[in-house]
Amino acid sequence: MTSLIPGYIILLVKLGIVLVALLIIAAYLVYVERKLLARLQIRLGPNRAGPFGLLQPLADAVKLLTKEDIVPSQADRWIFRLAPVVVAGTALLIFAVVPFGQGWTIAGRPIPLVVSDLNVGLLYVLALSSVGVYGVALGGWASSSKYALLGGIRGVAQMISYELSLGLSLVPVVMLAGSFSMVDIVAAQNRIPYLLVQPLAFIIFFVSAVAETKRIPFDLPEAENELVAGFHTEYSGMRFGLFFLGEYVTMVVLGSLVAVFFLGGWRGPLLPPLIWFAIKVAVVAFFMIWMRGTLPRLRYDQLMRLGWKVLIPLALLNIVVTGGVMLWVGA
Amino acid sequence: MAHKNVFVRIWEAAAGLLEGFYTTFIHLFRKPITEEYPEYKRPLPVRSRARIILTRDPDGDERCVACYLCSASCPVSCISMQSAIREDGRRFASWFRINFARCIYCGLCEEACPTLAIQLTPHFETCEYDLLTLVAEKEDLLVNHGGKNQDYNYYRVAGVIGKDGKGAHLKEAPPVNLKSNMP
Repeated sequence: MTSLIPGYIILLVKLGIVLVALLIIAAYLVYVERKLLARLQIRLGPNRAGPFGLLQPLADAVKLLTKEDIVPSQADRWIFRLAPVVVAGTALLIFAVVPFGQGWTIAGRPIPLVVSDLNVGLLYVLALSSVGVYGVALGGWASSSKYALLGGIRGVAQMISYELSLGLSLVPVVMLAGSFSMVDIVAAQNRIPYLLVQPLAFIIFFVSAVAETKRIPFDLPEAENELVAGFHTEYSGMRFGLFFLGEYVTMVVLGSLVAVFFLGGWRGPLLPPLIWFAIKVAVVAFFMIWMRGTLPRLRYDQLMRLGWKVLIPLALLNIVVTGGVMLWVGA
Repeated sequence: MAHKNVFVRIWEAAAGLLEGFYTTFIHLFRKPITEEYPEYKRPLPVRSRARIILTRDPDGDERCVACYLCSASCPVSCISMQSAIREDGRRFASWFRINFARCIYCGLCEEACPTLAIQLTPHFETCEYDLLTLVAEKEDLLVNHGGKNQDYNYYRVAGVIGKDGKGAHLKEAPPVNLKSNMP
């Protein structure tokens, strides 16, 4: 009992800090994205709310919270209300296994800088991102709107296709690290980040990850010029806000996953681990925004062809080659 | 279409992607072309049309003769009025109303007006939270100048007998005295 209670207190404090930090970062990621995207298109971006528009996320939050919460009369009410929670919840939960620092020791107690060092962390990530598909599918279906349904169907097809290559691209990482635990994967990269060992796996993972977040060029589920807003067409107010939040939290989470799996996590010279981790996540997020400012949306058949005919075979080939090399080297 | 080597195709795709990314990245360092509106107001084009006014003659009398031509030409029916006759026999509008919430600033009323009374000004910043405050009455519309043509006076030019007698209008010869025009 004596060691259990402080343990729980530390866990709760850590949970609170991570949750608040993640939400604030996601909110400001929206601001950064709007600002950067504007500069990519030689516009100014938000600059009215506060200095340099820095209070824009706050203004957005106030706007979303005070908007009318509309549930369409034909909608399946329960599922309609559940769907955004699933999307935002799974996105937030994934971060629980991401190690974001080396760990501190306060008053003789080691405090690892990860909410939970799950020994099947990688599987947990993949499982939760699969559950996230439910949010899209149910949201699109429960709206009982044609556009929302089409968006939901597209979302499911896309996310299931890309989940395969997402998982397969991580198999070589697991083979090299010899563990499913995210902490162990970071620890295994103490000499060289896996980006240099597994560049192909990195590319496959990154492309699949962007497809999982449903961002341009893979934003078919919410293609605004075909499907209004896709699966969240009928959502308004804070329920739409939850979808929005989920998308940006997923962006942060995928940035941190790329950092953990391929960029060596919190490892780096000179600067403290937490700063290195933030830099790596920021770089990935910047690249995703840059990509949004550059690439056009794929056609649906191109999307499916890229997933099934290019990424999955390449990922399988990568596994075979990695296994062969590992056998040959005798690692 | 000739079948290219798969590596050539991959290289071409990658080069295309890189070119796109390079182009957008360069744009990151360009000066934004945004004009920040309330701080900077770009010069309006000549003849830009916005809020409508009712102008006056050089002698200070109102120009509108309540002929209903503007009201009839208005495609959104935002002009309404009531004509009446003054003691001196001149027509005028007893009330005149423009609903600016409906006005599309097309300028057809200005073109239709025979007396140059109704004119469009470049003043376009007329936003309101309440649509009813955009309904302008005659006293809101009347101004104390002649607008685009300060010298024009309909009754001086048109030859309508009202304020002036026969032969007193501009470019009008005095009437021929029939009795003195004997052979």
